[in-house]
Amino acid sequence: MPEILEAFQDAKLSRDLLTMVRKLAAAYREKHGRPMALMEVCGTHTMALARSGIREAVAGEVRLVSGPGCPVCVTSQDDIHRMQVLAAQREAIVCTFGDMMRVPGREGSLQDTRARGGDVRVIYNPVEAVAIAAANPNRPVVFFGIGFETTIPTVAAALVEAERQQITNFYLFTAFKLVTPVLHYLLTLGEVRLDGLLLPGHVSVILGEGDFTFLADQYRVPSVISGFLPVDMLGGIALLLQMGIRGEAQVKNAYPRVVRYEGNPTAKGLVSRYFVPADTKWRGIGIIPGSGLALKPQWEHRDCRYRWPHLWQLEEDTEIAGCRCGEILRGVITPHQCPRFATDCTPVDPVGPCMVSSEGTCAAYYQHLRLAGHREKG
Amino acid sequence: MCLAVPAKVLERGEFTAKVESLGNILEVGIMLTPDVEVGQYVYVHSGQAIQVVDATAAQESLALWKELTTNAGDS
Ligand code: SF4
Repeated sequence: MPEILEAFQDAKLSRDLLTMVRKLAAAYREKHGRPMALMEVCGTHTMALARSGIREAVAGEVRLVSGPGCPVCVTSQDDIHRMQVLAAQREAIVCTFGDMMRVPGREGSLQDTRARGGDVRVIYNPVEAVAIAAANPNRPVVFFGIGFETTIPTVAAALVEAERQQITNFYLFTAFKLVTPVLHYLLTLGEVRLDGLLLPGHVSVILGEGDFTFLADQYRVPSVISGFLPVDMLGGIALLLQMGIRGEAQVKNAYPRVVRYEGNPTAKGLVSRYFVPADTKWRGIGIIPGSGLALKPQWEHRDCRYRWPHLWQLEEDTEIAGCRCGEILRGVITPHQCPRFATDCTPVDPVGPCMVSSEGTCAAYYQHLRLAGHREKG
Repeated sequence: MCLAVPAKVLERGEFTAKVESLGNILEVGIMLTPDVEVGQYVYVHSGQAIQVVDATAAQESLALWKELTTNAGDS
């Protein structure tokens, strides 16, 4: 088995696939008179495409548009503010994933809230928040639940753990985002031309190929589920180009080593045990119906919204002045088109979340493509 | 944030397993992959094994990529 997994790292295979992508891209351009425009939906793809050099290698031949798939970036200012207010009250311990700490909110970041005395803790595994609750029985412990379908089942696992250990002081704030509703939204909006979609591999591990067939049936957009190694991504792009040339629209699974047609039914079952779809607000996009999740009423003893209802009167919708993350997340502009990019907005002193997150589009461009602006713009 | 890494299952208990990933030994949850067996590979995300790797499917997709590179251009 390790040999098979290593075979996906083969440099020669990557080079051959890149050659193939170039040939197909030229054939597409000849047929349609322009490069094929493909959106990589997932932030992990955005970073992997930049880091591996693929984005630069295919620049001008294939138009790669970055999408809304960075969970930290799409978290609304209101939601960050709620957790800051809660932590500042000094009663609760707020637990969150590391990337969330530095995102600028209305009054600084959660890191600043911690510096001012709020108890904000970074965890890697949601189950750790349950352990923190067990160790601090006299304080409410809140997990700031962000993430897409990949992460949500791991939070459901933490809820199972809290029930099993009968931990009563563990609470959840659900700021989750769902990928399929945002794809419906972007394709209906039609703001950006998308000739194909590179679908998020690890979201698909949970959802399965079957949950994406609507892309072909309803929107006729060629779509390929792809992994994150150069071979996976180049192979996926090649399949999209082939479909584009033939005028076909199908959903193909190019990551079958972990993506099944039905996804992971155990994980899906656990998610539906705890959650129901709910409307949620995306940064730079607004409220998309059914694109988030809320705890079911029988779990309201775990629900932040019931314990601290006043936090939900804080709605204000202030976006960061001069930050164009919203347009970045919808694929309307590239970071090079934001005047603040690499001038007063850098990873050390970020203005917006797209520059903070390890998979934000601005951070990916800053680290790997800062000087490639002249090519991207054209 | 949706990154997941491959790991080999060394030992398993009821709710957790000991796995090896890139030379590190870690304990991960297996609530989402309850049928996983010792010796199999899993993908780990946020401390949970989210799927078992299908070796046959891996072989097939590798074969597909190789075929794609040899048939360059005649689509
Ligand atoms: S470069 Fe900075 S200010 Fe501009 S969109 Fe990106 S994060 Fe916002």
